Amino acid sequence: MGSRKLLLLLMIVGLSQICRAQSPTYGVGRTPSPEEIQKWDISIGPDGKELPPGHGTAVEGSAVFLRKGCFTCHGEKGSNGPAPTLIKSDGKTKSPYPCLTPCVNDLNVMSLHAPYATTIWDYINRAMPLTKEGTLKPNEVYSLVAFLLYNNGVIKEDEVMDQQSLPKVKMPNRDHVGLAPEWKHGTPRLAGYP
Amino acid sequence: MNSKLSGRRKFLRDSAALVGLAAGVVPVADAQMSHTEATAAPAKETPKDNKECKDNKDLIAYGERSRYVKSVRIPVMERMSPDEFGMTFHVLSPLQDSVGMITASSLHYVATHRGSYIPDIDPAEHRLMIHGMVDRPLVFTVDELKRLPFVTRAHFLECSGNRARASHKNVQQSHGMTSCSEWTGVPLSLLLKEAGVQEGAAYVVAEGAETVKGATSLPLAKVMDDCLVCYGQNGEPVRPQHGFPLRLIVPGYEGIHNVKYLRRIKVVEKHYMTYNDYGHLADDSRVAALNRQVGPKSVITFPSGDQKLPGPGFYEITGLAWSGSGAVKSVDISLDGGQNWTPAELRSPAYPMAHTRFGFNWKWDGKECVIMSRCTDELGTVQPSRAEIAKYWDKPNTADLQIRGLDNSIFPWRVAADGSIHNGLA
Repeated sequence: MGSRKLLLLLMIVGLSQICRAQSPTYGVGRTPSPEEIQKWDISIGPDGKELPPGHGTAVEGSAVFLRKGCFTCHGEKGSNGPAPTLIKSDGKTKSPYPCLTPCVNDLNVMSLHAPYATTIWDYINRAMPLTKEGTLKPNEVYSLVAFLLYNNGVIKEDEVMDQQSLPKVKMPNRDHVGLAPEWKHGTPRLAGYP
Repeated sequence: MNSKLSGRRKFLRDSAALVGLAAGVVPVADAQMSHTEATAAPAKETPKDNKECKDNKDLIAYGERSRYVKSVRIPVMERMSPDEFGMTFHVLSPLQDSVGMITASSLHYVATHRGSYIPDIDPAEHRLMIHGMVDRPLVFTVDELKRLPFVTRAHFLECSGNRARASHKNVQQSHGMTSCSEWTGVPLSLLLKEAGVQEGAAYVVAEGAETVKGATSLPLAKVMDDCLVCYGQNGEPVRPQHGFPLRLIVPGYEGIHNVKYLRRIKVVEKHYMTYNDYGHLADDSRVAALNRQVGPKSVITFPSGDQKLPGPGFYEITGLAWSGSGAVKSVDISLDGGQNWTPAELRSPAYPMAHTRFGFNWKWDGKECVIMSRCTDELGTVQPSRAEIAKYWDKPNTADLQIRGLDNSIFPWRVAADGSIHNGLA
């Protein structure tokens, strides 16, 4: 009995030590609710675990592209507009607009250049359309991504994009992206570079 | 009181006399003159010719510069601001007029993600959230952040677009996308320790509150090393064009990582390939490394393009040097297009990842020459020539050589026999 009491006491002391070690130093700031975090969290990683429920197809995306006025900046066919190229052009028509710096053209269309389809979802959802950023519904974003991927020859016309399918899309540039090596304090930016 | 005043007047009269004597003219002292006006007065004018500013408004509430000082930022040549959508893209700092090591906030270069408007953020409404792979997600108001231990440090920023081309006429065009400020804020490591970073975390995603919610992936190692969540710039709140009320400073990293209007830090397990990351994708990890951190770099700001030396004689060559890897150790000057190098003097403190001002005594003989500066940082890394960079990539060293990653190549100014200064790449 005595030893059990001692063990309990040790456990309590031990637990309080752990709590102390992990407790914040300053106690400034408040704890956000899970709902608050979810509402703010628009970062969609390559695994797509933050993707919201929803779905869309290329045909639906084509309608959204018109309804939301995307074509006015990006061109009717997703190219040759004043804003960056979204769909690789047929190469026959010359754009009347200079390529806006930083230039996105047939060579680096996002749907062919991005290593993950989640990047396209994240980009459209946070930053489009111009002046109404962040107002698209999840179904509209899924549809637009499907529309762009289909028209760039990455997925089939009837493929449905949703939480499960979108992160699994094998992007053409997936294996051709180089990430910078691990960063360490006090090292030159690239060993061997003059 | 009277004796004090008369003493001050005597001092003013004497100092005015000194100025007059120095210029070889007989001074006419005026007891109403201020000391500054006396010393600054053109020698041939009587002090009465100096106009006075009748309006005391900015003397009392918020100071303006002299109306005779005209130095301003200009839009980058490659994309006008405002652009066809009415948005500001990249705006260049007038380095040709720079003195010292700090850039005035109002002249600090500005770059926006894809072209944007400046958000009008009420600091009382602004929040910074820290979440993801942490034990305790946290939300801070700006006032709460100001309660925490802070640091003040000088750091430069530089945009990846800061690459000299043969078409550039002056140093504002060729190098104007770098500036240096004194930044004040809370170390991000402090906030992350407060939240308790979990095992397996390797990156953070930092996000801004502007319309496009610009976001960037940063290695956790860098974030824990020296990144700052800043509310102060050059002795006042960070200006709206630079990220008011909060911005991230990532010392030595390319400008885009220094997220403005910072509203969220998400701790994650891998590179998130998000908004800003996409624009900086590289097909080669070497290029990714060269894109990420600024190498040792320098440029001569006087004499520089579009300026003209009135004739042979003494001039102080001066300029700025910086490195993303640490402090500037030394700067060398060449007066013969890079064949011979002589040490310059560092004329300001050399802080890590900060602009450092250098000076070099020069007696110009009136002959055409090519002048250059070369920076060596505390790691001993030397600013490379274009020839060395071309050799590294096994490319011919031509005028249109496209330098991969951030361009930190040595830059030449050609001094013509008439004293005019020209881009040495042209």
